[in-house]
Amino acid sequence: MTAAWRAHKKGAYFANPCFTQIHPTCIPVSGDYQSKLTLMSESLRNDGRIWVPKNPNDTRPPNQIPEEERDYYLERMYPSFANLVPRDVASRAAKRMVDAGYGVGPLKNGVYLDFKTAIERLGRSVIEQRYGNLFDMYENIAGENPYEVPMRIYPAVHYTMGGLWVDYNLMSNLPGLFVLGEANFSDHGANRLGASALMQGLADGYFILPTTIAGDLAPQLNTPVPSTDSPAFREAEEGVREQINRLLSIKGSRSVDSFHRELGKLMWDYCGMARNAEGLKHARQRIAELREEFWKDVKVLGEGESLNQSLEKAGRVADFFELAELMCQDALHREESCGGHFREEYQTPDGEAQRDDEHFAYVAAWEYCGPGKDAKLHKEDLVFEYVHPTQRSYK
Amino acid sequence: MLSGTRARGVQPLRQRRVRPRIWIPDFYGSAVGKKAVMAVTGIVLLGFVLVHMLGNLHLYEGAEKMNWYGEYLREIGEPILPRTGLLWIVRSVLILAFALHIHAAYSLTVMNRQSRKTKYQGGRDYIAANYAARTMRWSGVIVGLFVIYHLMDLTWGMGGADFTKGEPYQNVVASLSRWPIAGVYIVANLLLGMHIYHGAWSLFQSLGWSHPRFNHWRRVFAAAFAAIIVIGNVSFPIAVLTGIVE
Amino acid sequence: MSTLNLTLKVWRQAGPNDPGRFEVYEANGINEDMSFLEMLDVVNERLIAENKEPIAFDHDCREGICGSCGMVINGVPHGPKKLTTTCQLHMRNFKDGDTIVVEPWRATAFPVIKDLVVDRSAFDKIIQAGGYITAPTGAARDANSILIPKQIADQAFDAAACIGCGACVAACPNGAAQLFTAAKIAHLNLLPQGQPERWSRTVAMVDTMEEYFGSCTNYAECEAVCPKGISIEFIAKMNRDYLKAKFKDRRAVVKVDMTEAAG
Repeated sequence: MTAAWRAHKKGAYFANPCFTQIHPTCIPVSGDYQSKLTLMSESLRNDGRIWVPKNPNDTRPPNQIPEEERDYYLERMYPSFANLVPRDVASRAAKRMVDAGYGVGPLKNGVYLDFKTAIERLGRSVIEQRYGNLFDMYENIAGENPYEVPMRIYPAVHYTMGGLWVDYNLMSNLPGLFVLGEANFSDHGANRLGASALMQGLADGYFILPTTIAGDLAPQLNTPVPSTDSPAFREAEEGVREQINRLLSIKGSRSVDSFHRELGKLMWDYCGMARNAEGLKHARQRIAELREEFWKDVKVLGEGESLNQSLEKAGRVADFFELAELMCQDALHREESCGGHFREEYQTPDGEAQRDDEHFAYVAAWEYCGPGKDAKLHKEDLVFEYVHPTQRSYK
Repeated sequence: MLSGTRARGVQPLRQRRVRPRIWIPDFYGSAVGKKAVMAVTGIVLLGFVLVHMLGNLHLYEGAEKMNWYGEYLREIGEPILPRTGLLWIVRSVLILAFALHIHAAYSLTVMNRQSRKTKYQGGRDYIAANYAARTMRWSGVIVGLFVIYHLMDLTWGMGGADFTKGEPYQNVVASLSRWPIAGVYIVANLLLGMHIYHGAWSLFQSLGWSHPRFNHWRRVFAAAFAAIIVIGNVSFPIAVLTGIVE
Repeated sequence: MSTLNLTLKVWRQAGPNDPGRFEVYEANGINEDMSFLEMLDVVNERLIAENKEPIAFDHDCREGICGSCGMVINGVPHGPKKLTTTCQLHMRNFKDGDTIVVEPWRATAFPVIKDLVVDRSAFDKIIQAGGYITAPTGAARDANSILIPKQIADQAFDAAACIGCGACVAACPNGAAQLFTAAKIAHLNLLPQGQPERWSRTVAMVDTMEEYFGSCTNYAECEAVCPKGISIEFIAKMNRDYLKAKFKDRRAVVKVDMTEAAG
């Protein structure tokens, strides 16, 4: 992320940052210290049934809650696709249930993914063959045995479809800067399917780039690489030194991690699964304030000449503030719901995403205009010749 | 935060020679090659230790049979080879095997000491590395020193006991009747057993002989071989001390 | 979800030339659902609040697949749980009142940079010597056009599971890197694409490995601590391939100037 952002600050356009994919089956947060939410493979939804207790104050262990007191809410809300609805639909549904107070687990921040029916129907050995290593991983992390009690899951941010803008040769708007894989914005548009991150990395690196980079490199044969004395390099080096010295000299009272967590919570609350104009404006304002506070009050111990992980983190978090502001700006300006970007004001009566292809069928490529300033929008219109976008339904 | 991105500072501990060499010394120049040589020389030594133990079972057949056996070893190969000719060929092979086994072990020990200059300060809790494996150098050195004493004792007659050339039966009884010496023989053979327990399994890995079909049997082979050698060799001092052989 | 009160003895070392020492920290109120690294994060936040420099340690994915994290916990690389990296070790594996000793990987070829962070670029040198295949440029051919029997593909996959964390070197009483090198060699030597350079690769990678690390005397401690369960069968295969390269297929081994390769 840091490399892409630094390229953006030097002039590379950042495209579609608001399209973020939430994965519905992650292990829920177990405490404030959580550094990583481990993904449970989506294949689990093939056989698991998602439910919450009908009574929000039900504190019984799940195996003691009888069938008629369980709300299999996906099966109820989406009869034809049930537990197999797409990620964003499943994620929003889970958030709705937990926000309404039906969450399960010690922090009431998850929903159940239950394999009891599947084990009864197929037998434990079949389930073990299909999901053995996933069940082991879950037990290792959560300390509960999914063969005997239901798994607890909750959505978490998983992938960003946005990234640096590139053309069909994978070159950004800066000549000679090629961007591959999840660092760029291409291939996925506003949403993506499972395992496509690996696929994109391979496709970009194995199939596309070996052919397209030749077009850029061939005319440069025998051109010497600029030395570290060149003005551009020295300017960049000075900039980095200045930032490092600045971060080290603030000597404030708050650790880098505390800023990181507060920023993350803001983004999850206001620029997460479901967004609205008021929330996004509030978030932008709060992020700007937090960014100011960071540059006045961050505490980075140690010095800059040897390995210093706090300094490294501080540099990254400094970039994250600006990225967060851009994400909110992009989400605010895109007045429709599309793919991984859901605006509460723009949904169908069924709660499905409502696109506005007339006004928003374009890639939003943003140009950096300085810290705290609005980025400048460049539109790349999307033209669909053979397959035209329609409205999906999972009823 | 991969450390590789900061990497620059590691220098090799040792440089490989660039001048091309003849392929066998070149092969021995590598650690993998040395281990393969240790495995092959180990096989030779295992073969010897087994035949030696089996041959010495003649002790239980009485003085006449045992002394005949000693003489037989010197006559075998006649008339094609002179007397003790074949015996000296076998001894030369053994000396070469010992020399290579020991030299390789020594070089590898030096290499391995250099590879961890700062030891673990907080202690280590081994999971798979068993006691036999971790004491190979010690059991090897002690067995090596014992071999020299054994030659002094029962081949050259310098071991301090009554010695008559050509009468191995009586020499064995005379030497092993001294219980401290019998104790030395027993301890040395127990160490030899440990050395074989790891070595006879390790040689398969060093030579690349590994397949799921027989891998389990490698351990069985090593344990059985060690047991047979130890039981056989330890029986001799015990037999002499308890009067079974006198 | 109970809490633990622990005593940590952590290796602190300001830089490569600092002799370093153990420091004792009280880690109280540790939630048993925390991972080991999250526990260290909590300890670090407390240290920062006391204006003390936090403990430096390598980490990245925090889900057991990148190979960045690694520390010797109570004398075992990656700690007490089999087939588990440090980042996937959860505190419920410890008891209230435990003392935990934490030390970096120790090997001459892995110099300590700071605290628990070591320089593992020696592994990169081994990979640079031959852990790749030479492929033609231009249009990529269809991957499915090369036939590979499933058993071979599965075996190569098992070898490719190696994440290069270095626990094998840390565990080995000889400081040898055979398990890593064997895994990297095997995963290419087993596949059709790896055949053209099979013998050169084996010799170059083994020779480079021997410039930095110790020799294997078959303790099998490496296999026991490997978080990905790499088998010592691959070491036997590497030895076999090395023997073949040196005896049977000598002409196929391209002589490489090792001083340049090591550069």
